[in-house]
Amino acid sequence: MLERFGYRLEPRVNPPGHIVFLITLAAVAIALFLTGVLFAVFGVNPFQAYGTILNKTLFNFRGFTEVVRKAIPLILAGVGLVLAFRAQFWNIGAEGQILAGAVAASGFALFVPLPPFLMIPAMFLAGFIAGGLWGFLPALLKVRLGVNEIITTLMMNYIALYIVRWLINGPWKGQSTTGFSYSEKFERAFWLPTLGTTRLHWPTLAIGILLALFVTFLLARMKLGFEIRIMGESPNAARYAGINFFKTTMLLILFSAGAAGLAGVGEVAGIHHRLVEPNSISLGYGYTAIIVALLARGNPLAAIGSGLFLGWVFASGDIMRVSLGIPSQMTGVVSGLILLCIICAEPFMRYRLVRGSSPPLSQTETEVA
Amino acid sequence: MIRAAAPTPTAVKTASLLSMENISKRFPGVLANDCVSFDVRAGEVHALLGENGAGKTTLMNILYGLYSPDEGEVRLSGELVNFRSPKDAMNRGIGLVAQHFHLARRHTVAENIALGLKGTPFLFPVRELSERIRKLGQKYGLAVDPNARVWQLSPGEQQRVEILKALIQGAKILILDEPTSVLTPQEAESLFKVLEQMKAEGEAVIFISHKLDEVMTIAERVTVLRKGAVVGMLEKKGASPSQLAQLMMGRKVTPLRQKSKPPLEKAALSLNDVWVRNSRGVEALKGVSLEIRQGEILGVAGVAGNGQGELIEALTGLHQPHRGTISLKGKDVTTLSAKGLFEAGVAHIPEDRNHMGIVPSMSVAENLVLRQYRYAPFARGEMLDWKEVTRFADTSIKDYEVATPSKDTLARLLSGGNVQKLILARELSGDPKLVVAAHPTYGLDVSAAALTHNLLLRQRERGAGVLLVSEDLDELLKLADRIAVLFAGKLMGIVDAETADREQLGLMMAGVEQGLGDRGRGSESV
Repeated sequence: MLERFGYRLEPRVNPPGHIVFLITLAAVAIALFLTGVLFAVFGVNPFQAYGTILNKTLFNFRGFTEVVRKAIPLILAGVGLVLAFRAQFWNIGAEGQILAGAVAASGFALFVPLPPFLMIPAMFLAGFIAGGLWGFLPALLKVRLGVNEIITTLMMNYIALYIVRWLINGPWKGQSTTGFSYSEKFERAFWLPTLGTTRLHWPTLAIGILLALFVTFLLARMKLGFEIRIMGESPNAARYAGINFFKTTMLLILFSAGAAGLAGVGEVAGIHHRLVEPNSISLGYGYTAIIVALLARGNPLAAIGSGLFLGWVFASGDIMRVSLGIPSQMTGVVSGLILLCIICAEPFMRYRLVRGSSPPLSQTETEVA
Repeated sequence: MIRAAAPTPTAVKTASLLSMENISKRFPGVLANDCVSFDVRAGEVHALLGENGAGKTTLMNILYGLYSPDEGEVRLSGELVNFRSPKDAMNRGIGLVAQHFHLARRHTVAENIALGLKGTPFLFPVRELSERIRKLGQKYGLAVDPNARVWQLSPGEQQRVEILKALIQGAKILILDEPTSVLTPQEAESLFKVLEQMKAEGEAVIFISHKLDEVMTIAERVTVLRKGAVVGMLEKKGASPSQLAQLMMGRKVTPLRQKSKPPLEKAALSLNDVWVRNSRGVEALKGVSLEIRQGEILGVAGVAGNGQGELIEALTGLHQPHRGTISLKGKDVTTLSAKGLFEAGVAHIPEDRNHMGIVPSMSVAENLVLRQYRYAPFARGEMLDWKEVTRFADTSIKDYEVATPSKDTLARLLSGGNVQKLILARELSGDPKLVVAAHPTYGLDVSAAALTHNLLLRQRERGAGVLLVSEDLDELLKLADRIAVLFAGKLMGIVDAETADREQLGLMMAGVEQGLGDRGRGSESV
């Protein structure tokens, strides 16, 4: 059909990096454009809306720290997912793993007697392990029985959610004057320090960035990283290479789910200072982290960037509600649009438009004596 | 008598049932068909000869409507046609019997033939069809029971079903793509008789093959393709096999070194009463005992699906025997994993080069250490030493002449021959005690195949044992010291390669025990 206009589609053998980047950028831009259209539907001038948003999120110091604050769990969980996706382990359970980390951290803060300088590292360690363990069962089922991890990790999210609800309404129920359920507040000494007068709990951010650096190092330089990549890119070759699927998958899930667990620690220790309703701990961070990881296209450092971007989307959601009167569910819509546009952009990366019917030719066969 | 590859003159065009003129087809980076002209007349078998990758299948896919040509024309009885799908081709009387059958295994023969057939009654199409199948089968010598279920049939019989299906759909031009690749020598004979009958009935047959002797037997004309272009079209009367071989091969290939020394008496590998079940729980290898001596190449012949795959998996740790023992130079390795066997000194050149032997999306350098990355010097503790990997990659690429733009090029961009060289460079680098080579030259061009053969012979020279599994009897007769034949999971016998003859091997491959007269059945698992 295109031939009539003198064009045809030719599959790309190896999409170059800059093409991937530009097309991804274009996809995101289209999603934001469509968001603008939605603003108009709500009766808000899109230019004014974006103007207000940009003003309050990027050109305002406090606003910017809010963007970063929302980005922290996204970066942590996102980096974990980048790692998992490299092994084709579709971890949809970051949401539950975040909650698992939050529970572990709260448990320590409320009930384990430790001096302050040990408590905070202990909370992070406990959260990491708890998150990792929360992913353990789906990983085991996948490796041993071939059970689809998308389903198992997803279901574990609900289990985690109900466990948190039970804890804050039952054994860990604290004094409440507002009628909402939550645990007791943590001791002041167990609160994570924040940047100045903002709500930005920087230790978690630092951990996130360190984790991104570590995962980059793992994938590029360590045996485990090499094995993870082989497992993800060709399971048959992995069998042939003698890779131990069980050991590699278990280590993989420890890191991936553990990273999400760390995000949970950050939320309770840095923001709420108590165990609260699961939907307040994680505003869908676990699911949005999937978008963060997909945007990062397998690069852990890029997850910092895409995490910040989606953190901005979340922060914008607050501004939309407060300053523009648009429901904050808009954030979900925007995230969804971004995801949709990225997926739709895939064919553009795989094919390219070529003019005419005589393409430049090259024989890839080279004869060697 | 060799005619130049010019477009067919008008006089011949109208006599041809089918003519393809100046067909060109490109895929990214490769010219699969380069101005190819080809025609077939009614009542003739015209063979399309060429090595793997010569462009035969592409040309036929164009004819069958799966691709459209970038340039050129296709004419049926002089009339220009443009097929947009196989359905168009079928409606115009072109039938294709592919190399891998497209039959629904759980259904009967008649049901399969009824599938997609026009003009069958809405209810119970099968009854009326069975009669037609029987009659047609009789006429052409393609007897098959319409009520048999496809999975019960041998590959030879399944092929008959495919042919009948095409004929009942009204094919006047039948394309057979490598039809004897799944047949025993005896079954191939039957097929040729069928083709003779079809010629007599006025059918046109396009016979795609890379096997010289068959083409000489059955075809009236032979068109030779090499690297996408027609290099010659011969009439059978004046042609000789060496002429055809020269056309197919093109360049002079360095002759193989003669085998110099006999194998040692010591065993490199011995299997003792080994039983392996396949992935469906069926016994695929039944009580096989054999020995490969050091400095020997043991060939394994047999039509695919008779246990060769399971034998390879058992020897390389991908699957474990549930009974019997395997010893490598005296050490029991029966229960070792893939990793364990590699460490013990077993090199594996896998059949599925692209999906098992390499990770296509990783670089050449990374693929070169796919198996040894765990060990020094490539690993220090938990970390990889990429400098060492780079060094190894540079030497390997040079020594094995792997044609690649750089060591960081993704492996999937390499041609088949170069992928195999990569794999050989990797597997042979550790001075293995046993080399398990599964169909190592399948799909390779002549020079890559020759290099592979040379490397295997060199391993033999240095005293390793080599297990060479291949469907190419010529390759086995050329390289192996002894040839073992597997049939339905059993070892039918091991013969000395020097004195073996193809007839004897063919009989063993078909299940006939040496000395006994009963005719065995072909394997059903192909």
